Amino acid sequence: MFIAIAIILAIVSIAGAIMAIHHKKLSVAIIASGLVSLTASVMFLLLAAPDVALTEASIGSGLTTIIFFYALNKIRNNHD
Amino acid sequence: MEYIILISGFLLVLIGLWGILSQKNLIKIILGFTVFNTGINIVMVTVGYVKGKTAPILDVISPEEALTSIVDPVPQALVLTAIVIGLGVTALMLVYALKLYQDKKTLDINNFKDLKW
Amino acid sequence: MIKKLLIVGLLAGVAFMFYGLLISYNGTETLTGLGSYYAQNGAREVGAANLVSSIVVTYRGLDTLGEVTILFLAAAIIGFVLKLKKDEVLEARPVRETSELLTSASQVIVPVIFLVGVYIFINGHLTPGGGFQGGAVIASGVLLMLLANPTMHISHNIVATIESISGIAFVAIGILGIVLAGGFLDNRLLPLGEFGTLLSAGAIPLIYIFIGLKVGAELSNIIGTISYNQNEKPN
Repeated sequence: MFIAIAIILAIVSIAGAIMAIHHKKLSVAIIASGLVSLTASVMFLLLAAPDVALTEASIGSGLTTIIFFYALNKIRNNHD
Repeated sequence: MEYIILISGFLLVLIGLWGILSQKNLIKIILGFTVFNTGINIVMVTVGYVKGKTAPILDVISPEEALTSIVDPVPQALVLTAIVIGLGVTALMLVYALKLYQDKKTLDINNFKDLKW
Repeated sequence: MIKKLLIVGLLAGVAFMFYGLLISYNGTETLTGLGSYYAQNGAREVGAANLVSSIVVTYRGLDTLGEVTILFLAAAIIGFVLKLKKDEVLEARPVRETSELLTSASQVIVPVIFLVGVYIFINGHLTPGGGFQGGAVIASGVLLMLLANPTMHISHNIVATIESISGIAFVAIGILGIVLAGGFLDNRLLPLGEFGTLLSAGAIPLIYIFIGLKVGAELSNIIGTISYNQNEKPN
């Protein structure tokens, strides 16, 4: 059971990482990197590390994505 | 299970390194850094995993039971620190990228040649 | 082309190193030296149910102090880099109206988010969680307030006051540990109490409250600084 979940998580996280590096639209790439952090958080839960999972879900997946979007928004505002 | 997670952590590190080295856009390079960071954290927590044991939160004080029932707490404490510092470093990199954009009006790394000689 | 080949060669080298690590990794069955010491003596010496908390706050408390300092430095440098020049005036760009749903919901949800954050960092020695996670939850509450009202300005004085007071209190508890107990950041300056209750583990809940407030203030400061300059006029 855990092995099936781990395989699915591995596939999703690697696909998300490739998308974060290679997608043309920056906003999609940022969301994909948030997805990588979220799957990593579930992996930490499977590895019996609930403290790290909580930290990764709140900081790595939540705040980092938002800071990226604020920076992107500011760059677009300066553009025009 | 831990082998699959370990391999996916290694692959995330490789993909992040590829992104850092091959991309031209500054934002993409910073995204590569965050992917790299996540992969390293996964590898470190996996090294501290002990097969079939539970999280390091105890019910009662009994040294023998604790020794046989929990995973290694030291890498977890280390990774906790690393994630928080990763956020600070990412925010700092983004702010510098923003400042560079305001100066040069471009995010392409090939246009920053001020230190090239 | 040559550059791509070089990159692929470097990646192959790193992958070879990882392959060596992978075949030497064989899912261990027992704890190693330091981990088994913490597992055997952690509960008795520190009195916290969550061993990760006892390592982060007590055994490796000095590292946590350094980590909070690094976060403070990052926030300070971000504020310094994004500072406006003297002659640069903020031009009030017309901000798009936020939806009624977001503004009404944020008034209901934001106090609950703050409460959850405080719960997470007060119970850090019993359940998963602690100062850093609680601080991040508080910062996301501030973020929701910012999303609902983009023109809101986070008062710099309040943030700076909370941050300095909690930082000074954190170091003061550490120095009290030298005077009253075994060493810097020793948590036994308060009685250890009954194992597994809220008022146990000596000074760990107190230290985590200050860490949580400090981290929450620092992360809110970073978010506020980056979003405040949204209205800067294009030069």
